[in-house]
Amino acid sequence: MDVTTLSAAEIARKIKKKDLSASEVAKSFLQKTKSTNPKLNAYLCVREEIVLRSAKELDDRIAKGESAGDLAGVPIAIKDNICVQKTKTTCSSKILENFVAPYDATVIRKLKQAGALLIGKTNLDEFAMGSSTENSAFGVTKNPWDTSRVPGGSSGGSASAVAARLAPLALGSDTGGSIRQPASFCGIVGLKPTYGRVSRFGLVAFASSLDQIGPFSINAEDSALLLKVISGKDPLDSTSSDRPVPDYPVELKKPLSGLKIGLPKEYFVKELDETINDKIRDAVRIYEKLGAQVKDISLPHTAYAVAVYYILAPSEASANLARYDGVRYGHRSREAANLIEMYEKSRDEGFGPEVKRRIMLGTYSLSSGYYDAYYSKAQKVRTIIREEFNQAFKEVDAILTPTVPTPAFKIGEKSSDPLQMYLSDIFTISCNLAGIPGISVPCGFTKESLPVGFQILGKPFDESTLLSMTYHYQSQTSWHERIPSVK
Amino acid sequence: MALTRKDVEHVAKLARLALTDQEKENFTGQLDNILGYIEKLKELDTKDSRINAHPFSNKTVWREDEARRSDLKEAILANSPEREEDFFKVKKVMD
Repeated sequence: MDVTTLSAAEIARKIKKKDLSASEVAKSFLQKTKSTNPKLNAYLCVREEIVLRSAKELDDRIAKGESAGDLAGVPIAIKDNICVQKTKTTCSSKILENFVAPYDATVIRKLKQAGALLIGKTNLDEFAMGSSTENSAFGVTKNPWDTSRVPGGSSGGSASAVAARLAPLALGSDTGGSIRQPASFCGIVGLKPTYGRVSRFGLVAFASSLDQIGPFSINAEDSALLLKVISGKDPLDSTSSDRPVPDYPVELKKPLSGLKIGLPKEYFVKELDETINDKIRDAVRIYEKLGAQVKDISLPHTAYAVAVYYILAPSEASANLARYDGVRYGHRSREAANLIEMYEKSRDEGFGPEVKRRIMLGTYSLSSGYYDAYYSKAQKVRTIIREEFNQAFKEVDAILTPTVPTPAFKIGEKSSDPLQMYLSDIFTISCNLAGIPGISVPCGFTKESLPVGFQILGKPFDESTLLSMTYHYQSQTSWHERIPSVK
Repeated sequence: MALTRKDVEHVAKLARLALTDQEKENFTGQLDNILGYIEKLKELDTKDSRINAHPFSNKTVWREDEARRSDLKEAILANSPEREEDFFKVKKVMD
């Protein structure tokens, strides 16, 4: 049996029944990572010794009959903008190249309590700014389905790792599509929870009103399992919600009959790849067969989402990234003659071009004389977009769209034109602006064997419906069972 | 309204970024292009729209102002580019 092809839930069940030891699981995934990661650059660091030691301790506890957690012995890959104590957390930036996290993020603390094995830290676009992982200071990550293509971004390393089965689970973060878009490009499930569902404490801040941590997995059951572990109120994140956390792995199985699904016409535009459109229509037919009612709806302000996002996200980023000044941690320039020069040169040497571009854009939007025209205006349009979703959810229970307009593009294809790269996020951004949950689900392949995904957007805190829709779709299809052979 | 190189230099100063000449050149064109795209928001009438700080909550979250123990001092100082005893060391702040 090849342990690396098992789902997280299967691994956890086998470990509890003592059919499999955590050490065997750890060794299998570490071995596969050793042979495959050099071709993908999905992991920036692999915590081999720590993982083997934790697996051994877990096996000893299980042998003594002590209770194991929900994720006991399940390997998980962690995006390298989430703090893991005593482990480097670089955000794929030169400015944090040698930063060792002094504490665990809340999600990491919860994963450790649940018995998960934190196998390594994954590559991303620097500070999660990008859609291809090409903005990493430590090299691009490759798409396991075609290594000449990007895995998407910014959580490209996590998506690539799960698709290639270098871990059955991963954590990413999603500010404008950074979980859902790479999930779609890599043929796996990626879920952005409702804003406030998962604590952001210990996630390096990019745009605090949009950022949310969420799971990557092979199937709906695994996402449900992981989401249940990481969700909940955290006193260390005042924006986290105190709503009770549903038992997602149970909710998953509730039937879809009577469910109303909306198809917003603004997402089925001429820029949408024809094959993707066909695959989405196939998925819609499966939902009809499962008893859902499908209707056309309209979200007329969709076309403004990218413009709103590229004011608000850089504005928040310019404030959040002010902390990288070479004083307390991170890169410090050796060229500076005085304190101000130390700030300016440390930042110029430490940040890559996309991060600088966004800091510039955000600083400009917030600067005297432009604040009302840009930042305030964008905030007001954000409210209009959110209200439009509220209205739509009076008519339907979920909204189904393509996740991205095209399949994974070639490395280098869009990197010279920032605006074109921004426009590839066109279908994922509104979800973050509205704060609602969204999931990307694999639904087929193009002629070039590249994965296609659809996106489901749900009501605030209704992750259960997204997961049950994914679960029932996957019970009728087998796209999620395909595994790439990495060349 | 085109963005000029002078605007870029002003914003770089506000953002504490020592940009090279090449970077200033690139950003002037690129940012102008992005801001041109963003202009489309002007088409919308937003006078009745409000600004919300949080999508679902409009209450302020309070906590007790209590002292808690922390044993992170050494781990935090270990990340500093330059330290002296328990201090972060920087260049002279005042003349």
